[in-house]
Amino acid sequence: MSGLLARHRNIIDFALSSLLRRKAKNISLLAVYTLIVIIIASCMLFINALKQEAAAVLKDAPDMVVQKMVAGRHDLMPVSRGEVIGGITGVRGVTARLWGYYYDAVTRANYTLTVSDGGQPAPGSIYIGSAIARLTGFSQGDLMPLRTYKGESKLLQVVRVLPAEAEIVSADLIVLSEKDFRELFNFPAGFATDLAVSAGNPLELATIAAKIVHQFPDTRPIMKSEMLRTYDSIFDWRGGMIVVMFAVAVLAFIIFAWDKASGLSAEERREIGILKSIGWETADVLLLKFWEGAIISLTAFLCGATVAYCHVFFFSASLFEHALKGWAVLYPQFRLAPSINAYQLTILFFLTVVPYTAATIIPSWRSATVDPDSSMR
Amino acid sequence: MSPTMRKSNIFILITCFNLALLLLLAAHARLGKQNAEVPQAVCAGIVKELQLTDLCLFTEARYTRHPSMADFHAPFQDHPGALDHFPSGSLVSPPRFSHEGL
Repeated sequence: MSGLLARHRNIIDFALSSLLRRKAKNISLLAVYTLIVIIIASCMLFINALKQEAAAVLKDAPDMVVQKMVAGRHDLMPVSRGEVIGGITGVRGVTARLWGYYYDAVTRANYTLTVSDGGQPAPGSIYIGSAIARLTGFSQGDLMPLRTYKGESKLLQVVRVLPAEAEIVSADLIVLSEKDFRELFNFPAGFATDLAVSAGNPLELATIAAKIVHQFPDTRPIMKSEMLRTYDSIFDWRGGMIVVMFAVAVLAFIIFAWDKASGLSAEERREIGILKSIGWETADVLLLKFWEGAIISLTAFLCGATVAYCHVFFFSASLFEHALKGWAVLYPQFRLAPSINAYQLTILFFLTVVPYTAATIIPSWRSATVDPDSSMR
Repeated sequence: MSPTMRKSNIFILITCFNLALLLLLAAHARLGKQNAEVPQAVCAGIVKELQLTDLCLFTEARYTRHPSMADFHAPFQDHPGALDHFPSGSLVSPPRFSHEGL
């Protein structure tokens, strides 16, 4: 056993000396390799943490939301339909939700205006999200002007700034009274934006949805499971930018591996020839090449995974911020609950370390099996 | 570090250090998850109180602010054949609704 260990240590010594002979090339290789691992690992960690956050935070979202559709677009929902839906067996309660969007021409930001079901805040008062407070400079006690549908300015007093730790759900929220909401948008009485339906037994939601669609064919029920699943599908690896980022990283990696697999340099071939001529077995040469690949890829993997974790959970994935922010003026500042597990690390390992190490062995094996004399020529 | 230290020993030391760092981060994640329970409970409380349906990730367009409430065609709403012009539209794929078959 100790003999085997000593053999591996000797070969690692030799592999390191060999790598250090081409110091500039291998250090730049290690740097780029680490960068690729950082990108892939950051994507994986960020997406996974975001999905977990969505599941934890939205667990108390409405069981079902029912929208009215006209010509393929959302339309205002008559509140009277809530009474009919409330009569469906299994429905525990129906609440009319009043919410909408408000474009602030001064800050060029979009806010989400919503009315709390609990009757708070009182007319003339509002709660604002902490990102709005940060952007506009309004704080508790200030009067915030909002433009009504007539173009007049309506002053509402900020009575509470929603907690900064809840920015991931409330960054752009303005909570106001039903009276102010209707006055601001000339929102007709007897109508709501949509209906929130709660069911006694979540298993009955699909049946309730079918009954609602049967009763009101122009409605669209959206169940809580679908809201949660939305965040699984948004950052699905197949979707949008994520696939672009993955593709770029994987492509860069394939170029690496291809460079290795397509053949060795004349210097490397000569080195193998010399080693064979002084008595090294083919197995020893392969072991040497395995360790050369493993030293680079294992170091890149470990460093890359560590840096990616720090990037996502200590620096709030700041490299992705611009891609996520788009043209939005309001961007929530949030820290995701850290999460890393053996499954993610194993996938990352097999995505990065194994192909590279394999790609270094194959051409070496081809070179090591030929006659040392022809290798050195 | 001794000048006569073998290269393999240096490599093993560096690898062990990196592994220990990764294990420390795993421990940090476990601890951080427990610490995150309080802010998550605050968020869940606001979601329950205001009956919210979505995370506030992208505020530039209504179909990216509330993706679970959006239509399939929302990004292409301006005219037939119109392309989505918001950058976050490239991040948000359309929701999958079960009611389509109802």
